[in-house]
Amino acid sequence: MSAGRAPFTLALILVVILAVGPFAPQWTLFLLTIALAKGLVVLGLMLLLRCGLVSFGQALYYCIGAYAAGMLGRYFGMSDLFTLMLAGMAASALAALVLGFLLARYRGIFFGLLSLALSMILYGLLVKTEALGSSDGFHVLPSTLFGVRPADAWVRYAVLAVAAVVAVIVALLVHRYLDTPLGKLAPAIKDNEIRVEYMGASARYAIHVKYVIAAALAGLGGALAATTVGHVDPEMAYWTTSGEFIFITILAGTGSVIAPFLGALIFGIIQTVAFGISPNTWQMVLGTSLLVVIVFLPHGLWSLFRRRKAA
Amino acid sequence: MAAILDAQGLHKSFGAVTAASDINVAIEKDSVLGLIGTNGAGKTTFINMITGYLKPDRGRIHYEGRDITQLAPRDITRIGIGRSFQIPQLYASLSAFENMMIGIGVVLWNAGRGGYFSRGRPLVPGYDLPAEQVAERLLERFGLAEYRDKNAQVLPGGVRKLLDIALTMVARPKILLLDEPTSGVSAEEKFAIMEMIMQAVRAEGITVLFVEHDMEVVSRFAERVLAFYDGRIIADGPPDEALNDPEVKRYVVGGELHRLDAAQARPRA
Repeated sequence: MSAGRAPFTLALILVVILAVGPFAPQWTLFLLTIALAKGLVVLGLMLLLRCGLVSFGQALYYCIGAYAAGMLGRYFGMSDLFTLMLAGMAASALAALVLGFLLARYRGIFFGLLSLALSMILYGLLVKTEALGSSDGFHVLPSTLFGVRPADAWVRYAVLAVAAVVAVIVALLVHRYLDTPLGKLAPAIKDNEIRVEYMGASARYAIHVKYVIAAALAGLGGALAATTVGHVDPEMAYWTTSGEFIFITILAGTGSVIAPFLGALIFGIIQTVAFGISPNTWQMVLGTSLLVVIVFLPHGLWSLFRRRKAA
Repeated sequence: MAAILDAQGLHKSFGAVTAASDINVAIEKDSVLGLIGTNGAGKTTFINMITGYLKPDRGRIHYEGRDITQLAPRDITRIGIGRSFQIPQLYASLSAFENMMIGIGVVLWNAGRGGYFSRGRPLVPGYDLPAEQVAERLLERFGLAEYRDKNAQVLPGGVRKLLDIALTMVARPKILLLDEPTSGVSAEEKFAIMEMIMQAVRAEGITVLFVEHDMEVVSRFAERVLAFYDGRIIADGPPDEALNDPEVKRYVVGGELHRLDAAQARPRA
């Protein structure tokens, strides 16, 4: 599948989700919504990875988005899904805008570990903050849509529908961004920053922009996850959460804006099935699946579509 | 004729090593300058200071009357000074065409075209053609059309050099600094490559500074020669005059011959 067909494919996926959703079991709706939330985070990671940057701390912005959404309900009684997602996105983007001045100066392992350190600082702060429930976190108000609380049987579908529409719009926006000169600069930054500078562009500025976009997407994903699960806790900033996002990024590949969502869905399915079969060793199944992908599909699951096209 | 670039009193040291000492050069528009000197004489340091990679410890650099001494490389590129590198700086994982398109994208971006909300195919400033056509045209002009879809990392050395220069041309610089454009190229190919570069570059009316070790290439293509030795300019004038300067013969041309002799005397594997 070529990147040029991505808008059509995304529209088709959206139609399928909206059409099939009402008939699907509740647990699959939950699984899909969480996959969309994580897919949004991974979409941001993909932008950074295309520049050669691996963030080991993207959970920082996932957590900020989730807590921002949760705190709006906790302190202001707000529960509108759109408002919460916007707030999560804005809070994370703002944090990234500030931290980006530091992070955009670093490359390679320094960028990765610095981002990890920042996420662990947030984790430490949240664990010690009693007002926010310390290590237990706190409950998030049930979602409403434009002030209306959908009937219980339809809540999961309504949240999924909103999540799917938002995810498709965001994926289309990112798809468009990748086609702009700034978006196309990513592989050039990865290959040769000196040449980028001597072409008249600022690699640091380009990275800063991508970093903020990635954080905004993570914040959006975090807010969506918080309202879907109905709970936030400091684990959302923990390094294992960041690791999960990197896992999905590698699993999915960076070939298309659809890949992160596909990767997140497959990750969710593997995790759910593996946990069902073997609750104590489910991580082993996940690890093995990643190993298989790295060995046989080094460019991720998305390369399967490329291979089919090449064949 | 008015100087397009004026460097006065440039000085640069790296610890105890002086790489540039009291460099004074005024470069006229539309001229072709050859920079000669043995390795470590200060040629690349001079280019690095002009293009903002290194900041001089003392002295000022003016371009079209504007002080550019403290500008970043990207800002210097934007105002019209381009450079190629001794070791070509390319986007190795991308094809020759993609390399060009990245460069053109930056030019469009800097010109405020091709942004997020722009529609259609914006025209590249200076060329008034769509990006793809500019890329094709430049590849053709530098004899790179047959390498269009090959990855930069697998291209032969001489082709990489040409691509490096073609890449610089997308921004339509007014001054082009070429750091050893023919190094790593066989003696037979040198003249042909320089001929191609000069034709492509001079057709645009670009002022050229090139670093070169081959004195035949220098005397054939340069209108003026700057001879560097130990961080200083020891001769500045037309090729006949500069290459026959006693100091140049002793420290530069002699050095080059010595270098050549040493290379020839080296046992072959």
